[in-house]
Amino acid sequence: MQAAKPLHPVSLRDAGLSALVTLGLFAPLVGLVTESTDHGLVLGWRPIALAVVTAIVFFGRLLILALRARRASTAERRANSAWAEALSRAGTYLTPALIIAALALPLTGSRYYVDLGTLVLTYIMLGWGLNIVVGLAGLLDLGYVAFYAVGAYSYAILATSLHLGFWVCLPLAGILAAFAGMLLGFPVLRLRGDYLAIVTLAFGEIIRVVLINWVSLTGGPNGITDIPRPTLFGLRFSMDGGDDTFAGFFDIEPATIQRVIFLYYLILALAFLTNWVTLRLRRLPLGRAWEALREDEVACRSLGINVRNTKLTAFATGAMFAGFAGAFFATRQAFISPESFTFIESATVLAIVVLGGLGSQLGVALAAIVMVGGLEALRDFLSFLGDQMDSGFFAGVANELPMFRMLIFGLALVVMMVLRPRGLVSGRTPTVALTDRKEIAADLVAQGRG
Amino acid sequence: MLEVSGLTMVFGGLKAVDDLRFSASEGNITAVIGPNGAGKTTVFNCITGFYKPTSGSIALTHADGTRHHLQRMPGHKIAAIAKVARTFQNVRLFAGMTVLENLLIAQHNTLMSATGFGVLAVLGLSGYKRAEARAIEKARFWLDAIGLTERADDPAGALPYGAQRRLEIARAMCIDPVLLCLDEPAAGLNPRESQELNQLLLRIRQGGCSILLIEHDMGVVMRISDHIVVLDRGKKIADGTPADIRADPAVIAAYLGDGEEEDAA
Repeated sequence: MQAAKPLHPVSLRDAGLSALVTLGLFAPLVGLVTESTDHGLVLGWRPIALAVVTAIVFFGRLLILALRARRASTAERRANSAWAEALSRAGTYLTPALIIAALALPLTGSRYYVDLGTLVLTYIMLGWGLNIVVGLAGLLDLGYVAFYAVGAYSYAILATSLHLGFWVCLPLAGILAAFAGMLLGFPVLRLRGDYLAIVTLAFGEIIRVVLINWVSLTGGPNGITDIPRPTLFGLRFSMDGGDDTFAGFFDIEPATIQRVIFLYYLILALAFLTNWVTLRLRRLPLGRAWEALREDEVACRSLGINVRNTKLTAFATGAMFAGFAGAFFATRQAFISPESFTFIESATVLAIVVLGGLGSQLGVALAAIVMVGGLEALRDFLSFLGDQMDSGFFAGVANELPMFRMLIFGLALVVMMVLRPRGLVSGRTPTVALTDRKEIAADLVAQGRG
Repeated sequence: MLEVSGLTMVFGGLKAVDDLRFSASEGNITAVIGPNGAGKTTVFNCITGFYKPTSGSIALTHADGTRHHLQRMPGHKIAAIAKVARTFQNVRLFAGMTVLENLLIAQHNTLMSATGFGVLAVLGLSGYKRAEARAIEKARFWLDAIGLTERADDPAGALPYGAQRRLEIARAMCIDPVLLCLDEPAAGLNPRESQELNQLLLRIRQGGCSILLIEHDMGVVMRISDHIVVLDRGKKIADGTPADIRADPAVIAAYLGDGEEEDAA
């Protein structure tokens, strides 16, 4: 592009076009507002807010064009590899820091933070599980939530109808989910890329539709209620303070936060288990075969690797961890219904894996923190900002600011993918080395075509 | 040791390979040559299980007398059990993995059996460490043989083209093959690299592995092969030692074009 000066006619025209598109897009989204009055709903008009958005886009586009003109492509590439290096160096400190922060979080004693931490950890665990299938084996799975649902319903049904305890059901839920993974694996063995994605997407929907319609087993849309809570070595977390409860045994005041913290540490342990197993498997022949499959399936076959079994183990292992997470989800909520297992969950987990960087454990953890925790933090920040904007000029925008959080978040994701298309942590660490281990640049690593 | 008889492969209405019969004897380098589209790669794909032949048989006899019918085996077992390794016309390495990792993946089946179904090795309870050390030793042997020991920890995709070709051969050798099938190994190599390739192939033959070779570079073919099979339009037109082939009128006609034969076809 030959836009040397920011006020060059080409730049101005480009920015003007962007502003025009914004105007068209945001006129109904931001410019129009419905207000309920005594006469019913009335359509209101917010020209100032619309003007502000359009102006932001216009000047933002000018700024981007100016920056792009100044920055030569080589300098950009250098900056990019510098970032990758800085991140991998930071990774050595970041990982222990994150682990300590995760272990210490319940010390804050805030129920809000511990609950949020539990949610983030659930997604980290799901992300790590899906990372085996998508990141290592390169099989695009859009129906991952199905295995999460199988795990959750396995626990819920086993616990409510057979009265089995959580610790017995947890491995069973994992096994059943792994079995579902194999069930999905068989028909999709020969599919690649987009076709694989479509079939896995359909599989996710099939499971959800079965859950809605098999009323006698799953309770249909009403879901399953009164799912038993987990125990700690037989100690219940209950408010009655009896001898077999946690509070009664340790002779302390019963409080809900004890159970919340217990659940937090439970999911932390499960997430660590997922990570540990994945890291171990990566260094074993099976994990290497998964990665080889992502790189080149034909070459794998020529070297005597059983492609079918290798794919099935990837599906089954990934599904097993989703099953564990599902059982945890069921016991934490004490209530599950098919509504919790919609496509948006699969999409969120996949977004976490892609944003984090396919195959990177640290990246997935960071992405889950940003996507789940960051979204929550953005809500707080926006309502705080709204409270500060206490003038007539911002009237009508200030109190609606928190509603814009999804918009801002989506924008942040787009910017992120433009700047770092291969995710936050995109390099690949070799699993074995003759002399020294060197990070492999992302552009050499295949993304997998299923 | 390799006996191909009556091999026919039909794609739709096209007979890519037509009633082909040839054999390759143990410890030899057998070259398959022919003009473009003669069906050489199709024959390779049938032998290595990437295609299922329409009819015919491909039998491989090991030194200990066990006989494998390759046309009935699933693709991965041809490499794992019958010990037939191959390389590809366009290099197929695991580009995002290091040179050493490439060589370890080739030893997948040996390593996998040392992990106790994977579960024991995850818990650190099997003799996997020793098995991996042995696998690395074997990889190092082949790295020394192809002169890439220095670059063992670099990604395979970052190697120069000639080195990638050599690495692909080393990777195939890591499955301990009795028959190595090379699809145009000298394509795109400069004269010096092509010379190094000859040395490598002769060394592999010395190690007791038979070689089946598709090649266009007649310098390579004539210098190292013990036996040559010439294909044209899916049919064998000649079969013999390099000296026989060089003098064979049918081969010369197929390569240089022969007016009468063109009309007949």
